[in-house]
Amino acid sequence: MRRTLIAVAVSASMLFPTLGLAKTFKWASQGDILTLDPHSQNEGLNIAANLWVYDPLVRYNEKFEVSPALATSWEQINPSLWRFKLREGVKFHDGTPFTAEDVVFSIKRAMAPSSQFKSYTAGIKDVKALDPLTVEIATDGPNPVLLRQLPVLGMMSKAWSEKNGTTAPQDFNKKEESYSARNAMGTGPYKLKSREVDIKTVYEENTDWWGKPTKTGNVTEIIYTPIKQNATRTAALLSGEIDFVLDPAAQDLDRLRQQVKVIDGNEYRTIYLGLDVNSPELKYSNIKGKNPLADVRVREALYRAIDIEAIKKSVMRGLSLPTGTMIAPQVNGYTKELGQRVPYDVEKAKALLKEAGYDNNFEVTLDCPNNRYINDEAICQAIVSMWAKVGVKAKLNAMPRATFFPKVGNNDTSIYLFGWGVPTYDAYYSLEALIHSKGEGANGSFNYGNYSNPQVDKLIDTIKTETDDAKRTAMIHEALALFAKDFGAIPLHDQVIPWAMKKNVTVLHRADNRPVVEWIKID
Amino acid sequence: MFVFILRRLIQAVGVMLAVALLAFILFQYVGDPVTIMLGQDATPAERDLLRTQLGLNEPVFVQFYHFIVNAVQGDFGLSLRQGQKVSVLIREKLPATLELSVAAALIALVVGLPLGVYTALRRNGRLSQALLAFSLLGVSLPTFLIGILLILVFSVYLGWLPSYGRGDTIRIGWWSTGLLTASGWQHLVLPAVTLSLFQVALVLRLVRSEMLEVLRTDYIKFARARGLTRRAIHFGHALKNTLVPVITIMGLQLGGIIAFAIVTETVFQWPGMGLLFIQAVQFADIPVMAAYLCLISFIFVLINLSVDLLYFAVDPRLRVGLGKSGGSH
Repeated sequence: MRRTLIAVAVSASMLFPTLGLAKTFKWASQGDILTLDPHSQNEGLNIAANLWVYDPLVRYNEKFEVSPALATSWEQINPSLWRFKLREGVKFHDGTPFTAEDVVFSIKRAMAPSSQFKSYTAGIKDVKALDPLTVEIATDGPNPVLLRQLPVLGMMSKAWSEKNGTTAPQDFNKKEESYSARNAMGTGPYKLKSREVDIKTVYEENTDWWGKPTKTGNVTEIIYTPIKQNATRTAALLSGEIDFVLDPAAQDLDRLRQQVKVIDGNEYRTIYLGLDVNSPELKYSNIKGKNPLADVRVREALYRAIDIEAIKKSVMRGLSLPTGTMIAPQVNGYTKELGQRVPYDVEKAKALLKEAGYDNNFEVTLDCPNNRYINDEAICQAIVSMWAKVGVKAKLNAMPRATFFPKVGNNDTSIYLFGWGVPTYDAYYSLEALIHSKGEGANGSFNYGNYSNPQVDKLIDTIKTETDDAKRTAMIHEALALFAKDFGAIPLHDQVIPWAMKKNVTVLHRADNRPVVEWIKID
Repeated sequence: MFVFILRRLIQAVGVMLAVALLAFILFQYVGDPVTIMLGQDATPAERDLLRTQLGLNEPVFVQFYHFIVNAVQGDFGLSLRQGQKVSVLIREKLPATLELSVAAALIALVVGLPLGVYTALRRNGRLSQALLAFSLLGVSLPTFLIGILLILVFSVYLGWLPSYGRGDTIRIGWWSTGLLTASGWQHLVLPAVTLSLFQVALVLRLVRSEMLEVLRTDYIKFARARGLTRRAIHFGHALKNTLVPVITIMGLQLGGIIAFAIVTETVFQWPGMGLLFIQAVQFADIPVMAAYLCLISFIFVLINLSVDLLYFAVDPRLRVGLGKSGGSH
């Protein structure tokens, strides 16, 4: 009897050679993956999950350099034309070959009116297939950040999409659910196995993946479960039911550090205070007929009155990187000098305010979201009390993000707390949206304080198309330095986002808050 | 009888319309789903386009009218969060909530009833006092705290029971049930106990006080005088007469259990309608919120109606009364 059992076991293990090596990676965060469509819902977790199934043309390697994925090489034919050579022999999960037609289809799909990934196709004019393994992307004018836009754009199968009637991302005008919202089929390292909305989503390893020979991780199955409650998520990790939590609650971190493992890293998101520097009169202030924030001395005073180290210590529990600039260290264009803050100085702040004529008589409202950034409302509360010490009476107006964003989006604010992430890892993304004067397209689209400096605008316009890296980076430095000298906004800190996991799990932290499962090792 | 039911059904429609209207007025203040859908990097033009597509630019009453017209045809629209049909989403979540609620109600009855009888009969016993003190805790401790405590003890320290989710489920038609798998039962224990604790305490206290009242009545004294066994007196006569108000309250509570399962569902990540609703609120997912509120008000109205009908079944005096008034119509 025993012998037959052994025989069965041995033959079974020969049938399924990976059985003994199966490594299941169970993990959780607050919300569910929203949709499996790779070009709908521009949200961090969603992008991360869809990139397990759908490969991009190029991706970031462990050192955050752009490296080959479905494209093995690329060259710039002229400043506004790129040519990509595709990887040979890549197959979709259904066995069909991956070709240039699929690339053309996918990028055009991401440019469709119902796509929410249009910010990643910005500047792309046309895509053409030259032969089955060569693609050309034409941009409207030189686009130095093209390669940094592509790592987010997953490649779909044209045939599969056409067969299932999902050639465009979810369109809310149509009353039908799009097929690609619950089904996924790409060339990526993992295949979708099952999906129960809000309950769990299971992926299994794609053993034919082109990157398999060089894959560093050993996860063969991914089970993702959303767990909304902070306490429950922590409990599930402590009890060993899950291996990894993307967003552990701040109050649980000490305990998690002792009992399991926590790794810290900063997010590419910079938190700052935006200021209405341009209105003739502030919308929410007691000062009528003029705008105190138009005076650079007042802005400097407000900056100097903030004790950022105190905020780091008591509000952020040590988990923030105070900064003096609008971009995080990982972003191209950052330097240590730019990151240096103007020192905290209450006396100087008081003196500046007095000089500007606002000695204990300036009242203003500070708009603040209360469920978007880490401890957002608490940061604002701290700032209100710090400003009170220099005689500025700020009224805190905290609200949920669904109310906050439309409000500040209409420039209906005087001072507001904002956070800005840089998915392209290039400062142009921030310069264009936050610092450039309001204008065409994305220029100044998030410049709610209407900061405007023609010299800075000119620099930004050149940065947009400059293809000489050294020159371009120097100009980024110059633009950011000018903005800092103008006190165009008050940068506060870069968020630190800890990830918690079991001791036997090795993960590489990423500033975009996206776990890359093909790099994860479970011992 | 028929007229009575019909009248109640018409009232029900009125209640649901009122709930939907109130909901729509409130939706104006939950914020703008478009911002969340598009991410904060979208341009104002993209936002406007999507807002127009979703009909969010129209006045409240026009939106409300469209909602009613579609809802009557059974179409609750698409969830803004997941792009799926709201009716399908709710149908997927309904079994989880109902199984949890019914399990909690059953625990409340099976545990609360005998304990209530016990504490009434042994009024001054130590155990009775302890049970009453416990029931006070059950009534006053908030559900989420009980849930988290249970998780801490049974999942984290002892490792006996899972802390979240519903476990493996089996599909029977569109109904997914966790009652046919071992893992499903394991996952059900903690949330069902959490949800039922308040109800256990309520039933216990209700049965006790009703029982004490009944035990004081003349017919019980008379039964004692006749020399009936204690068993026959307590369970044959006293308990039976205690049950009428208990049934009423439990019926009404069932609606409450379903509606207030929200907290328990969030704590245990139980994939039911309550969790769906909470997530919808955070996303400002208007179609889901509207459909959920209508459904819950419908369940409440339905349960009220059934309880009213139960009265007639249980209490013969009312039947006579209805017969008379029914005759006058």
